[in-house]
Amino acid sequence: MFDGPEPIYLQIAQMIRAQVLSGELDEEDQVMSTTQFATTFRINPATAQKAFGQLVEEQVLYKRRGLGMFVAPGARERLRADLRERYFDEVLGPALAQASLLGISADDIVAYVGGHRPSNGSAARHEEES
Amino acid sequence: MTALPPFAARFQDVEVTFPRSWTAGANGTAYRVPGSTALDGVTCDVPAGQITGLLGRNGAGKSTMLGLLAAFRRPTGGTVLTGPDGDLRDPWEDAALTSAILLVQESGDVFHDQKVAATLAYYADLRPEWDAGYAEELLDLFEVPLRTKPSALSRGKKSALAATLGLAARAPLTIFDEVYLGMDTPTRFAFYDALLADYAEHPRTIVLSSHLVEETERLFEHVVLVDRGRVVFAEPAEELRSRASSLTGPTAVVEDLAAGHEVLHRQHLGPTTRITVNGALSDDDARAAAAAGATIGHEGLESLFVHLTRTSREAPATRVPDTDRAPARKEELR
Repeated sequence: MFDGPEPIYLQIAQMIRAQVLSGELDEEDQVMSTTQFATTFRINPATAQKAFGQLVEEQVLYKRRGLGMFVAPGARERLRADLRERYFDEVLGPALAQASLLGISADDIVAYVGGHRPSNGSAARHEEES
Repeated sequence: MTALPPFAARFQDVEVTFPRSWTAGANGTAYRVPGSTALDGVTCDVPAGQITGLLGRNGAGKSTMLGLLAAFRRPTGGTVLTGPDGDLRDPWEDAALTSAILLVQESGDVFHDQKVAATLAYYADLRPEWDAGYAEELLDLFEVPLRTKPSALSRGKKSALAATLGLAARAPLTIFDEVYLGMDTPTRFAFYDALLADYAEHPRTIVLSSHLVEETERLFEHVVLVDRGRVVFAEPAEELRSRASSLTGPTAVVEDLAAGHEVLHRQHLGPTTRITVNGALSDDDARAAAAAGATIGHEGLESLFVHLTRTSREAPATRVPDTDRAPARKEELR
């Protein structure tokens, strides 16, 4: 877990964002405490704290005094809006650039997308156990 | 008893030298033992309330530094200061400070020929924050029997007892000097977990010396690397994670990209070269690399440790890049 090249706090933040986006963590759900994070993943509690700090700033989480961290109302919508905005630049753009490098035609891509387009709106929810 | 706040510590241009001395050989001849320098101008901070990793090779000076922190020895030159943040002073012969500092060495400071329980009672008397219930819980976890004498314990159990003393004392400055050495892997992980859990509940300053970098790096918030008596770096751990980068690709391209960076390591494999540089590469570098067919990877703390503390004799022969280890770090293109 968290073996990627980025700082671990960024990877933790990314994991929580993904869980909120997929609905695994619902709005108003409590997230693990820094202590639970530290002992579960064998990392320094300050690292988890730093991830939480970033997510609070992004309004994905909010703090309830004495209780802990919770998923903010509207967090999922905010994340979706943000990622949608960046989707073409960060995901599809590089994929299409790679396709053009490999000589895959626009028609091939359209045909592929046509065959695999999910029925409207149902693709967002995964029921994945962590 | 009010708990003291976590301690900070500072090394200012600290030198430790051992003088020349005479020793007797087996046949009665006297030999002169040359003097040596253990620490040579060490300057660094240990931040209050954090877990600091003191990394270095065997003989780098780690234990000497820890002995100074605990006021077990005095520096030959320079100053060592400890105490609550903002109120640092020389800990030497200062009972108020030293009673709040605990240095745990590999097998601990214990009564070897009395039952473990006697050592626990001694620490309970000596350490104001001692948690007897927690100590017994830990000994149970590590399966160290209270009725056995430490001298009869295996090396691993001795280390576990030492770790227990260090944790249950809850000293504002707790120092573990390679305390894990005798422990097997499951015990080491149990120790790390206990350390993190107790540190989260009872914040204090912890210094852990280690050369098992890969295994311990995530525990640290701050890292000090020493090599041959000098500090190589002292930085927040997160910043170190992405400090070294590698460039892999056609030799000419990679050499070109690496120009202007401090090269830590160079490996050749036929027409392909992999260069490890000290420092993160800029977005411009990344774009240039991608355009020229080279890949940029990230090196972990262990790689930094190995490259920065290697002696000239250990310069490796050209070999195949070790792609079987931590592949995620190698192929990533940013």
